[in-house]
Amino acid sequence: MSFIVLENVTRRVGGRDIVKNINLRIEKGEVFALIGPTGAGKTTLLRLIDLLDTPTSGKFYFDGVDAVATTVQERLKMRRRIAFVLQKPMVFNTSVYENIACGLRWRGASKQQLQPRVSDLLEMVGLSEYRYRNAKTLSGGEVQRVAIARAIAVEPEVLLLDEPTANLDPVSASRVEELIIRIIGETKATIIMATHDMSQGQRLATRIGVLMDGELLQVGSSKDIFTFPRSREVAEFVGVENVLNGVVTANEDRVVTIDIGGKFIEAISDYTRGESVYACVRPEDITLSLAKVPSSARNSFSGEIVQVRTVGPLARVAIDCGFSLVALVTKRSAEEMGLAGGKGVYATFKATGVHVIKRDTY
Amino acid sequence: MEELWYGLVRAVQLIVTFDPEVMEITGRSLSISVTATLLSALFCLPIGSIIHFYQFPGRRIVISLIQTVYSVPTVVVGLLVFVLFSRSGPLGGMGLLFTPTVMVIGQMILIAPVLLGLTISGLSGVERAISDTARSLGASASQTAWVIIKEARFAVMAAVTLGFGRAISEVGLALMVGGNIRGFTRVITTAISLETSKGDIELSLALGIILIAIALVINLILSRIQQR
Repeated sequence: MSFIVLENVTRRVGGRDIVKNINLRIEKGEVFALIGPTGAGKTTLLRLIDLLDTPTSGKFYFDGVDAVATTVQERLKMRRRIAFVLQKPMVFNTSVYENIACGLRWRGASKQQLQPRVSDLLEMVGLSEYRYRNAKTLSGGEVQRVAIARAIAVEPEVLLLDEPTANLDPVSASRVEELIIRIIGETKATIIMATHDMSQGQRLATRIGVLMDGELLQVGSSKDIFTFPRSREVAEFVGVENVLNGVVTANEDRVVTIDIGGKFIEAISDYTRGESVYACVRPEDITLSLAKVPSSARNSFSGEIVQVRTVGPLARVAIDCGFSLVALVTKRSAEEMGLAGGKGVYATFKATGVHVIKRDTY
Repeated sequence: MEELWYGLVRAVQLIVTFDPEVMEITGRSLSISVTATLLSALFCLPIGSIIHFYQFPGRRIVISLIQTVYSVPTVVVGLLVFVLFSRSGPLGGMGLLFTPTVMVIGQMILIAPVLLGLTISGLSGVERAISDTARSLGASASQTAWVIIKEARFAVMAAVTLGFGRAISEVGLALMVGGNIRGFTRVITTAISLETSKGDIELSLALGIILIAIALVINLILSRIQQR
């Protein structure tokens, strides 16, 4: 049995299912990211895993033991193997040292055991100078580091992190992320992290679960999630801006032709003629040219630029080619090609760059 | 006007010369009210915590009742204690009526609702995230309760200070159950009441100034606490 197992877990509050029918298995030592928009139920799921709340229905096994059916004492023992850094970490109205020491104290650690451990952690999170300072006077980034130090002080088998860098300025956020990377490298803890920042999930985790509207829509490696999203919602959340409604008109040797409102796209898929699908094309997989260029790419459409918007070093180009497409090119390319609203371009992408998802038609 | 001015001057003289009667009355007032406050806090803080932490049927009603009797008139508490400890009352056999002990008991009862109510609201004021944080770091139920009490410590200290202020400044209860016996149960407020009716404005004013000074100190302590 996996280290953490959730079977059909639902948590209902005030007549609403905050998370529903969650089935998830997490192995020991894994770094797992729960991604999803705000309000998707990520915090609720972490609270259930930390045994702070109990599921309304379903089973939760922690290291092979049914954590719902067990005694209060056993649950406390389980919870002591887990540490949770809350989304808005609260520090106790006492010194930074005492804040970091509290978890160890509650587990009965002696003063001799506490001092070196807390000092090491203060050093690790770069707050040695603040050891005697009241933690309430720290900045947001410093509080987050205290919260992380406090959690890893107890050497948890499972570390839960809820939006560890949300609400932080970019400098503090990258510092906290570096700290997490260090923890991942130095401890054997199973880490479960909730984030709405999909790229952070991709950077830190080995496996990702996409939670939307209380449902776990897809679980897989970051490559799986980002390259082969299983539904329109997941595709849109992971940044696939081009999700095109279509119907398969032919399938020859897994090369399908999809009718997108009168225009035809070729893709690789098993779907058969007549099936309603979404054709997903990542904006970065689209090449733009001013003239039709002969190439091996199976899809090339002429269209008119609707809008060009600069995003950092990149330009996001919206094109109308009978259907809407968004392409991402470098700002430099856009400038050199003179891309601007009203200009005609060719948008080209490979059949292998199209990911096809079945579309429910009801 | 001249009489008032003269009275004030004399009152200050009584204070600065440490007049034995003024000092004795002040000392008794303080010792009775401090004892009553500490003992009441000893009972009320744990009971308030239990009411806050444990869910039981009628909990909301209990809290509403406590808040209702915040400003119970001192004479009503005085009457209750008098009936309890009078010779024919259920506790009359203890012979405590008109002793400092019964004054302490009366003041304990008088300030209990304030201490209980403000303890409960102080604990309720601690954010839920604090108890979640403690639990998530492996605190047991009692360890979590202790964390919450520690976080609410300034609110609880303010409650105790307010309770003391109410105890030392009340007059009805002290008069009814203490009897205002000179050298035994006479306290600042009962002395002011008696001396004023006798026309001894100087002593009344001196005690009045001391009472105001005590109120001022309490106020200073409270504002210091609330700033934290």
